[in-house]
Amino acid sequence: MIEILRAGPLMTIQDGGRKGFADKGVSQSGVLDNRSMNIVNILLGNRKDEAVIEMTMAGGDFEFQNETFFALGGADMGAQLNGAECRLYTVYRADKGDKLTMGYAQKGCHGYIGFSGGIDVPVVMGSKSTNIRCGFGGFEGRKLAAGDVVSTGAPVSGITDNSYSPETENTDEIRVLLCAQNYMFTQKGIDDFLSCEYAVSANYDRMGCRLEGTAVEAVNGMDIISDAIAFGAIQISSDGMPIVMLADRQTIGGYAKIGAVISTDIPAFVQHKPGEKIHFRAVTLKEAHKLYRKEQKFLRKLSEKCQKGR
Amino acid sequence: MTSDTALSVVFGDKISDEINDRVNSLADSLKKSGIKGITELCPSYCSLTISYEPDIISVNRLKRKINGILRKEMSVRSEDSVLWEIPVCYGGKYGEDLDDTAKLLGITPQELIKRHSQTVYKIYMLGFLPGFAYLGGMDSSIAAPRLSSPRKRIPAGSVGIGGQQTGIYPMSSPGGWRLIGTTPVDVYNLKREEPILYSAGDYLRFIPVSEEEFESIKLQIESGTYTYKSDEAVRK
Repeated sequence: MIEILRAGPLMTIQDGGRKGFADKGVSQSGVLDNRSMNIVNILLGNRKDEAVIEMTMAGGDFEFQNETFFALGGADMGAQLNGAECRLYTVYRADKGDKLTMGYAQKGCHGYIGFSGGIDVPVVMGSKSTNIRCGFGGFEGRKLAAGDVVSTGAPVSGITDNSYSPETENTDEIRVLLCAQNYMFTQKGIDDFLSCEYAVSANYDRMGCRLEGTAVEAVNGMDIISDAIAFGAIQISSDGMPIVMLADRQTIGGYAKIGAVISTDIPAFVQHKPGEKIHFRAVTLKEAHKLYRKEQKFLRKLSEKCQKGR
Repeated sequence: MTSDTALSVVFGDKISDEINDRVNSLADSLKKSGIKGITELCPSYCSLTISYEPDIISVNRLKRKINGILRKEMSVRSEDSVLWEIPVCYGGKYGEDLDDTAKLLGITPQELIKRHSQTVYKIYMLGFLPGFAYLGGMDSSIAAPRLSSPRKRIPAGSVGIGGQQTGIYPMSSPGGWRLIGTTPVDVYNLKREEPILYSAGDYLRFIPVSEEEFESIKLQIESGTYTYKSDEAVRK
């Protein structure tokens, strides 16, 4: 168990998302950065989509109430365990009374803390994720606050030496797949979208991230007959600005979509803070799937390596 | 192509029963097919979006499977469809905007209730909120513009009219629709095995009930003794 002494602005329990209920109008929810969640969980001996705490822009302060193994991922929030610096993607052991403190995100936007044995909250429609808008899932359907005590599961043995060193990559280039609705846009609109730089605006939450830059020109308005919105889908709003639709997006929407961020680049995209700049590059479905399989292979390898230690 | 993990089958470009029936038929057939690697089916007015895991099923194999189903006689959705009877207490504290809306339309409140409850509505899709049904078939003579300033909180079960549409708020939410009544039926209930009462492709009819009946049904629902009124395989 872990007590929240001080909560950051948005700390919620999220897992791999609520899948299979979109036909009932239920949003997917889940972490924004799947990759960070996957790695943290693998290091801790958990299922790769087990629930973690997602912290946006800043972390919180925590006190452990019993022996717990935890790992951090995603944004670096300068975490310290009893005053000693904690590295990302490294398993730490904490004892009763130990304090984990965090500050603002120095690099990245969303930080994650996972626990060996996972988080013990009710499974609602197949997921532990918090749906804040509808008030269910996660911890009482809401964001975490000071005084909350979160139950963690029984730790998995033989994980204490697990760690992972992420490679530094250029993450400002975000790869996209242009989608069938791009006939709604002029060639100039598509060219601008792929060649201009866009800044992440302050209008960024778990539902979507609005970008600022060159307006994307449409042939005749952005309205379509409402249809499904994929994770990473890029809607163009009525003023021509792209909005990347994220975990808490509604299942269905009525704006035209120019394309979608490929799933392996969503983690890099969401880790940009407001004000930071990105640009898009189009890839083919074949390339996107190659990258997808490569990512799955990487996660399998990491999982095998972590299991060998046991 | 919708994303690298979702593709859409588009059946047309207008809102019609015929197009929407095909959307929901394909969704049903795919649900029954048990194809591995499909993670989500999201039907909307004219298209079905199918999410998949590219490392479990390749896009080409998935497309072949879908085409196979489309070539064969698809199951006729309406045979599996359910007609849900939704009791509604109209007006008064249950529907604060009933009188104003009737006045705006130049009809009596009774006439508005009659026109609203004599139609069998088709559920084209669910979205916006869990269990929020986009209904087709409303009598266009009772279409009324949304309120100029939306309410901050509309209680769960409220039945409203917004433009050419009518619907039920499954949970409390902000909203700008004109509220004409309330149903005691819990369209959305996490404690129920199926948290969302109905599915896209089903039909729905509003049954006017008195205040006493409303309160009685509400008690039955709370105690778990209410039988949700539905008829299998009812066609329009």
